[in-house]
Amino acid sequence: MECYQEDVPHVLAVDDNLIDRKLVEKLLKSSSCRVTTAENGMRALEYLGLRETHQQSNFSGNGSKVNMIITDYCMPGMSGYELLQKIKESSILKEVPVIIMSSENIPTRINECLEMGAEMFMLKPLKLSDVKKLRHQLTNVEGDKR
Amino acid sequence: MDAVSQLQRQFVEYTTSLYREGYLDDQFTQLQKLQDESNPDFVVEVVTLFFEDSEKLLNNLTTALQQENIDYKQVDAHVHQFKGSSSSIGAQRVKNVCVVFRNYCDEKNLDGCVLCLQQAKNEYILIRNKLEALFNLEQQILQAGGSVPMMA
Repeated sequence: MECYQEDVPHVLAVDDNLIDRKLVEKLLKSSSCRVTTAENGMRALEYLGLRETHQQSNFSGNGSKVNMIITDYCMPGMSGYELLQKIKESSILKEVPVIIMSSENIPTRINECLEMGAEMFMLKPLKLSDVKKLRHQLTNVEGDKR
Repeated sequence: MDAVSQLQRQFVEYTTSLYREGYLDDQFTQLQKLQDESNPDFVVEVVTLFFEDSEKLLNNLTTALQQENIDYKQVDAHVHQFKGSSSSIGAQRVKNVCVVFRNYCDEKNLDGCVLCLQQAKNEYILIRNKLEALFNLEQQILQAGGSVPMMA
């Protein structure tokens, strides 16, 4: 697949676990994505240019350059769900697909995330086949879904 | 059989035994699949991070369980981390101990937790030794001019 630099999707990966961050980064890079990692929700929001108390009208974050956000659910401080919520409440970022990852397969949790607007819920640990699904999702974002 | 072939056979046998005995699961294979020419040391890098992270977690757990008033939420948080990272690299036996450990945390069962901590330490040391031996074999093969067999 021929990719120009601008065509490479940029994914923001959020996880408090160092090993998981390294793994998700490699998985995404192996699927021709550019990756930025954040170790918690606050850092993710800072990177995206959103802050807890208000949204900036003259947007100066990196949000417009991110094609997808993938976040762990269980994180100290701000959970992945709370991060998802903040993104979906943002007029600037609400269209960015958000994937939630969790090591726990809890139907109520999954439904809660999907209802809040998560694109997908993935079980950890992530595998190559999972990332292939994600990649497919990225190319489908504009077109017909499911 | 020449030296390289012997080493390669040892490598295959050793790896197979690690899976058979449950020390490693498919997730370790996933890590190996991610290693390529652009990132030839990926597995060693991730596993090294795991070793460093695990030692910190085990120390934190030891301290947390020695407190007068144990904060089981904090203990559980550490075990959750340990379960996550061991699962991500395919360290199956460590992960399995963590599952039991979390149940004891939920029950605020100190004896259970102390037992699990010891088991976690034991399993960690075992997998660390075995992975180091595996990496050692890989080095020997490469130094003898051979290539490391791909385990499908």
